Amino acid sequence: MAQTIAPPAAGAVAPAPLPLKAIAPWALFVGVLMLVLLYFVGAEQGATSLLSGTDVHEWVHDGRHLLGFPCH
Amino acid sequence: MNSVTVRTLLVRGMLAGLTAGVLALFIAYLLGEPRVDAAIAFEEAHSHEHGHEMEVVSRGVQSTAGLATGVLVYGVALGGIAALVFCFALGRIGRFGARTTAALLSGAALVVVYLVPFLKYPANPPAVGDPDTIGKRTALFFLMMLLGILLAVAATILGRRLAPKLGNWNATVAAGAAFVVAIGIAYAFLPGFDNVPAGFSGTLLWQFRLSTIAIQLVLWTTFGLVFGHLAERVVPARQATAATAAPVTS
Repeated sequence: MAQTIAPPAAGAVAPAPLPLKAIAPWALFVGVLMLVLLYFVGAEQGATSLLSGTDVHEWVHDGRHLLGFPCH
Repeated sequence: MNSVTVRTLLVRGMLAGLTAGVLALFIAYLLGEPRVDAAIAFEEAHSHEHGHEMEVVSRGVQSTAGLATGVLVYGVALGGIAALVFCFALGRIGRFGARTTAALLSGAALVVVYLVPFLKYPANPPAVGDPDTIGKRTALFFLMMLLGILLAVAATILGRRLAPKLGNWNATVAAGAAFVVAIGIAYAFLPGFDNVPAGFSGTLLWQFRLSTIAIQLVLWTTFGLVFGHLAERVVPARQATAATAAPVTS
């Protein structure tokens, strides 16, 4: 119970916000990458196609249905 | 140092998302797959004239490796995005510590990323859905998701503005009510679809849709708890007591 040395006070403040400048580069690059991943799971070769064929669609077919994306 | 914190939180968010994806995958396999198979059986029994198309990916692969790919990538990607939103929300949405912020964020994500689009454009099993309208349905599904996100952000800002006047509880209730009304208006004006073929079991449709909600519930609950735990260890739970006197400014 060494952690109780500094007990949280009733009027404890929230952690200080992280500066936007520190978040922005990660949000831009990793955030966009994550959105691209979601696009391939959720919509590629369904409503729109960047790649020809139906391989991506067929591979993630069940996931698409069960994650609620319109599949076909 | 702060950039390191953001990177650490991002990595932990993706790990929490992966963990959540693994549990969601179990639920998807146990509860969802039997309904997908039943729907495909209906589809095949009612499309004799088309004959059997060449299977690009076999059902056995679709329901295991394919499902795992979809659910795990979904978990990692949303975990990463949720971690970035967490980095922004921490200390900005009220006096909440890391775990509480993670829990609130996960609950909000379940609502805006899944429930809001679902209530208007619910998940459909195979055999349900007209291929001719896939483009329109996909666009409206993502539009509804985007609207949910924007309106949730707007409601949060509204709540923060009202809090000094109404108090935290009443401001939160008012902002929540405004969010529900705005979503309701969007529902009323956007077109709906009814693509359930004649003879398709109502019970099967209901169970399929329930199983998709179970998947999301497990995903976001796990994410909120795991990420909250991991984030709490990076973000100091509370600033040093000396900081209590200084108001937090962004």
